[in-house]
Amino acid sequence: MNLPLSAVEPPALSVKDLHKSFGPIEVLKGISLDAREGEVVSILGSSGSGKSTFLRCINMLETPDSGSVTVGSETIKMAPARHGKSKPADIAQVDRVRSRLGMVFQSFNLWTHKTILENIIEAPVHVQKRPRRECIEEAEALLAKVGIADKLNQYPSHLSGGQQQRAAIARALAMRPDVMLFDEPTSALDPELVGEVLRVMRSLAEEGRTMLIVTHEMGFARDVSSRVIFLHKGLVEEDGSPKDVFENSRSDRFRQFIKG
Amino acid sequence: MDWEFTQETFVSLVSALPLTLSLAATAIALGAILALALALARTSGILVLDWFARAYVFVFRGTPLLVQIFLIYYGLSQFPAVRHSIFWPVLRDAYWCAVMALSLNTAAYASEIIRGGLLSVPHGQVEAARASGMPRLMVFRRIVLPLAIRQALPGYGNEMISMIKATSLASIITIMEVTGVAARIISETYRAIEVFVVAGFIYLAINFLLTRLVQLVEFKLSPHLRQPENAAQMAIAGDAR
Repeated sequence: MNLPLSAVEPPALSVKDLHKSFGPIEVLKGISLDAREGEVVSILGSSGSGKSTFLRCINMLETPDSGSVTVGSETIKMAPARHGKSKPADIAQVDRVRSRLGMVFQSFNLWTHKTILENIIEAPVHVQKRPRRECIEEAEALLAKVGIADKLNQYPSHLSGGQQQRAAIARALAMRPDVMLFDEPTSALDPELVGEVLRVMRSLAEEGRTMLIVTHEMGFARDVSSRVIFLHKGLVEEDGSPKDVFENSRSDRFRQFIKG
Repeated sequence: MDWEFTQETFVSLVSALPLTLSLAATAIALGAILALALALARTSGILVLDWFARAYVFVFRGTPLLVQIFLIYYGLSQFPAVRHSIFWPVLRDAYWCAVMALSLNTAAYASEIIRGGLLSVPHGQVEAARASGMPRLMVFRRIVLPLAIRQALPGYGNEMISMIKATSLASIITIMEVTGVAARIISETYRAIEVFVVAGFIYLAINFLLTRLVQLVEFKLSPHLRQPENAAQMAIAGDAR
């Protein structure tokens, strides 16, 4: 068999046959996704399509009922739980995998009692046990990169939404993650603040970071991502390059979705 | 009012102040540890622990502290098993009985204050901590507890003030703290007004300092709730112009 090179190299992130129900409602009905290193995957879908749940299952903020998640070469070990569902077998392993996945939330979720600098060095110092001085230097560089170097000693409540989200991106980057997960990063922002966050994300994409982005920003998905996935009712309805998906979609639902 | 007598009384009562403070401080400290454990039990989601904590709070918040003091001081010694246990050297001492009653009582109130604090912690901030790979205990220690304490502090300040005043009940079981000494002086002199005015003044002074202390801690813990300092200065400069 003659495999293409990309298939031999293990994907940065591999999700297989993810199922998740909340009570009687099945939100994910078997979703699989391989993201190669440097791939920028936009995940689209109407509300209730399961896209946020899918992202949150990847770092086990939601526990999938079944299926597997592999980051690099490490597969999260699952054990059987009640009612035929699964749960992580080894919490320490989940913590370890999480530290390799940078998560950016819709509502930023910066720690309000810590300064921006403290927010950024918190996990590198206490989870990764890296030297504090090194973490501070890196935090300063990251803040400069996202354009808020002057906010170092301020508290999240002193920043605008866009600034807070950029700080949250810096916080995620400070862990030197293998994959970045964005859960609707601009949905809680005023329209005039969306651009500054998207610009930061675009620059990360250009650096070749592996990113999974749940978003409603069609323009961004089209221009920046290398791949677009459209979820509908818990299943992958479209999966391809932005050009393929946006211009030649055979899915009526997707065409309806982008028409709005 | 007899000024000289008042001064003498003041000196006598102040000499009992260390005992009042030691009762209050010990009870607040032990009560805080127990309260945290109870609050965690209440929020654990483990049914047995939850119900134990509920029952505890129900009993100790629903009965008078004075009754609790009597039950512990006079009641426990009725049981030979208690008198022969290793706890007897502690339990036969009125001081430790008072500390125990005060601690158990304040723990019931404080656990509800702490529980309120814990419930107020925004879920998103906890998720952000978990998503960064923090183990559970670290999430609690570095994110949940600091946020909960900030929320609970004003209410907790009230509870500490209550405890300072509640130590006066210990005088009932022979403890010569401020109120105990006051009662003794009254029984010797039959001059209640001066003595109680002085005693009241002493409690007022302690609580004045305590409220200042709580305010100071609150201030130190909440820079995120104030304007950034340079912005505030800029605003002042702007007003001046």
